[in-house]
Amino acid sequence: MSEKDTGTGFMGWIDARFPLTKMYEEHLSRYYAPKNFNFWYFFGSLALFVLILQIVTGIFLTMHYKPDGDMAFSSVEYIMRDVDWGWLIRYLHSTGSSAFFIVVYLHMFRALIYGSYQKPRELIWIFGMFIFVALMAEAFMGYLLPWGQMSYWGAQVIISLFGAIPVVGDELTLWIRGDFVVSDATLNRFFALHVVAVPLVLLMLVVMHILALHEVGSNNPDGVEIKKNKDENGIPLDGIPFHPYYTVKDILGLVVFLILFSVVVFFMPEMGGYFLEHANFVPADQFKTPEHIAPVWYFTPYYAILRAIPDKLLGVIAMFSAIIVLFLLPWIDRGKVKSVRYRSTTFKLLVVILVISFLGLGYLGALPATETRTMFARLFSIGYFGFFLGLWWISKNETTKPVPARVQ
Amino acid sequence: MNKVLIIVTGLLLPAIGLAAGGEYAYPDDKIEIDWSDKAAMQRGARSFVNYCMGCHSASYSRYNRVGEDLGIPEDLVRENLIFTTEASGAKTKVGALMKNAMTPEYAEQAFGIVPPDLSLVARSRGVDWLYNYLRGFYVDEIRDGLGVNNGVFANVGMPHVLADLQGLQAPKYQTVTDSNGNEHEVIVGFDLIKPGSLSKSEYDQTIHDLVAFLDYIAEPYKQTRKNVGTGVIIFLLAFLVLAYFLKKEYWKDVH
Repeated sequence: MSEKDTGTGFMGWIDARFPLTKMYEEHLSRYYAPKNFNFWYFFGSLALFVLILQIVTGIFLTMHYKPDGDMAFSSVEYIMRDVDWGWLIRYLHSTGSSAFFIVVYLHMFRALIYGSYQKPRELIWIFGMFIFVALMAEAFMGYLLPWGQMSYWGAQVIISLFGAIPVVGDELTLWIRGDFVVSDATLNRFFALHVVAVPLVLLMLVVMHILALHEVGSNNPDGVEIKKNKDENGIPLDGIPFHPYYTVKDILGLVVFLILFSVVVFFMPEMGGYFLEHANFVPADQFKTPEHIAPVWYFTPYYAILRAIPDKLLGVIAMFSAIIVLFLLPWIDRGKVKSVRYRSTTFKLLVVILVISFLGLGYLGALPATETRTMFARLFSIGYFGFFLGLWWISKNETTKPVPARVQ
Repeated sequence: MNKVLIIVTGLLLPAIGLAAGGEYAYPDDKIEIDWSDKAAMQRGARSFVNYCMGCHSASYSRYNRVGEDLGIPEDLVRENLIFTTEASGAKTKVGALMKNAMTPEYAEQAFGIVPPDLSLVARSRGVDWLYNYLRGFYVDEIRDGLGVNNGVFANVGMPHVLADLQGLQAPKYQTVTDSNGNEHEVIVGFDLIKPGSLSKSEYDQTIHDLVAFLDYIAEPYKQTRKNVGTGVIIFLLAFLVLAYFLKKEYWKDVH
């Protein structure tokens, strides 16, 4: 075994045995990120922060929570009332789940407008989409745990969707629930998946997402590859070391985020019934269906697509397609220009349609369906899928503006 | 461009929401709850244990916590708030949860439904709803056994427990046409047909105090939460100034 050329002292001892300095340099002090990151680039580090927040608060909640059909609801109230600072831990976790989706949606939107999913970053996008799906599973199963009326009936409705699948549907729902209705058995397995299985998958995917990112390097608002212009030492001319430049910048972003987050946690933890639904302050009752069952806000766009289609199976297919189509984005977009700054007006228009449709669906999915609303939900569903169809159509021969050689 | 988007969507969406018809409920008043008014919450606690806890419980809440938070000494809590006994016959301990003596089986026979626990009712229903509901009982002879109905919660199984205080009121109806062109009879007011021991304003105050107590018991730590939050946000604002100058200092050599 050859002697490694490492430093002396404690770090030298470590580095001869574990690549600590090497990893620190590769991912922080010598990871060169484009110098022109804007507002939209805060949400990646914020998502990582919220993930850690959810894991830490989740650990403390698990110390007091009881995954038992007879005790779950009261154990949550026990945490809120009798556990020291329990209310804070619980509100951090419940607000954190909504915050997670807010930052992840904004993070995805950033990738969309700056073409961060395009070659050579397809795998970063795919890993990111798997994170998004795992996050939805995590949130859905976590929402059952307080065992309130909305937890219970929300789970009942969503699981019953799998019943629409031909042949195996009924068997499948039975297998998921472990019972003929959502019950203690369902609660127990959702607890296991929520606190062990899905977080493990999430952490692994996050590592893969970041490793893939650091392999190809970050995109930027101009969609220019900074690695094409390097100085004599092989350092990108438009790159700056992630640490300290982006660590200090992300701290600034984090503090702003924490201020907004604290306003919700301490002054409006229910967020008008959107983060914590009013009906969820009533214990689960399998004999009493609430008047209006609505999923939590971050699922409402997909729920609205489901309801917009009269046939249950087709509705379920459309709902899942809305997610699957996102996976295919790197190949749907056949364009060579990444950033919205240099793309065509048609592209900008499509993005506008997508945003309006997505927000519109989210709004409608939270409300009881009426004839007018269903009509709008159909319109917005067409808008949502229309974005992808339109993008595929226009991106082949898109009239774009000239892309600068270096970041502006 | 994004700002325009948000504005356009914001303008468009309420229009869709308006298409839904509202439900009629009377009374339909709003209530302001002053969390510094401990006296009101104490009076509400007294009404709660005297009038509500015969049938309802507040089983996530503890007597001594209520005493501590509302400034009621423990001996007074024992004397005035605890009316139940343990299985041994001894008086319920001051640290116990606020459960009642009614068994679910008995309650089901008597009312057809187990009266819900009220620890969280202010969070599930909202304080305005409670304030209106408890003032919304009216005489309805059709309802066997109860003789009353409610303008906010139609055909509710609960009797008018506070009739001695409020008296009995008869509804005044009016015919209205909804957005679909259907005619409905809705309650627009009440006439007092048999006075109770309290005047209208005294009764409203009693209900206000009771709802204030229910609001307290639904989230006993609400005031702590806001106090801590104020401190946290002040700290973060100070941190923001430092973080801003730190970033500025580092970034001055980036061009």
